[in-house]
Amino acid sequence: MSLMYLWAIILGGMIVTYLIRLTFIVLIPVDRFPQRFRRGLRFVPSAVLAALIAPELLRPGGVWDLSLGNERLLAGSLAMLIAWRTKNTWLTILVGMMALWLFA
Amino acid sequence: MMRSAQPPGPWREFLHGVRDQLPILMGVIPFGIIFGALARSAGIPVLESQAFSLLIFAGSSQFIAAGLVGEGVPALVVVFTILLVNIRHLLYSASLAPHLARLNLRWKIALSWLLTDEAFVVAAARYRRPDEGYPHWYFLGTGLTLWGSWQTSTFTGISLGSILPGTSLLDFALPLTFLALLIPTLADRTTLIVALSGGVLALLLASLPFKLGLLIAVLVSVGLGVWIESRQPDSSPGRGAT
Repeated sequence: MSLMYLWAIILGGMIVTYLIRLTFIVLIPVDRFPQRFRRGLRFVPSAVLAALIAPELLRPGGVWDLSLGNERLLAGSLAMLIAWRTKNTWLTILVGMMALWLFA
Repeated sequence: MMRSAQPPGPWREFLHGVRDQLPILMGVIPFGIIFGALARSAGIPVLESQAFSLLIFAGSSQFIAAGLVGEGVPALVVVFTILLVNIRHLLYSASLAPHLARLNLRWKIALSWLLTDEAFVVAAARYRRPDEGYPHWYFLGTGLTLWGSWQTSTFTGISLGSILPGTSLLDFALPLTFLALLIPTLADRTTLIVALSGGVLALLLASLPFKLGLLIAVLVSVGLGVWIESRQPDSSPGRGAT
């Protein structure tokens, strides 16, 4: 593999990724968009977080597992309870990790 | 004059940003180590392997790109794939933009550079609180912590090569941290529905390539949230209060 090939990918990847991140912060001011669009933005974190979590718990390793033998689902459910009751990040992680370790 | 009741200054905010990123690092560092090892085993030289992390700084897309490089896929196709995998960052850019609007260009450029999934979710939690104080310093602290860890863990993976530590349990810290960040955002019924929809759709669409399932799940769920809100006319902030 040539260095030219690699650097084309690295620099090309850098440019497209950075342009994406800059889009609304620098390139296109978000206040140009309708009110409705801007109102939706407050939902983005909740939707992203849920979309990142759900597959990790219910499709661990890319495979559906809705059984009671799915230790990630069990540990995650317990951690969800802790997060809801205590709002404590470290306690949530601690309980979740220990549960996974015990169930696994 | 320093009283505990005063809002934290820039440096405090920076340190809080660092602190709040720490739990996420438990999941990110093993991921970075694996990336470094994977890049080397795909035949990418040391400097170029590190350059992926230094210059692209987007984990999932780096993994996929290194895999494609190993198969000798044409550069243009690899770059286009990176674009597809990272297109979801558009949402993060849009979501944080109103909060960053009053910063100068230098700050905007720096914070955009650090805008990854992990930095976004932590910074967004800070921006749910009032914008007063120095939230951009918080964002900088959280973003630089992640960036530094990504560089050092990549380098560790490059150096270790194929000798990999067991990571199957540690990677679970990532969804757990996301859980702890998610729960406080569920402040009302609409947000709860949005989150449920995001989770269910992401599950159903998880087999789509390029992480497009995540993008579609978030777009549809956010649309759903806006639609629900538009049916409750009194909650619209645009309507003048009496």
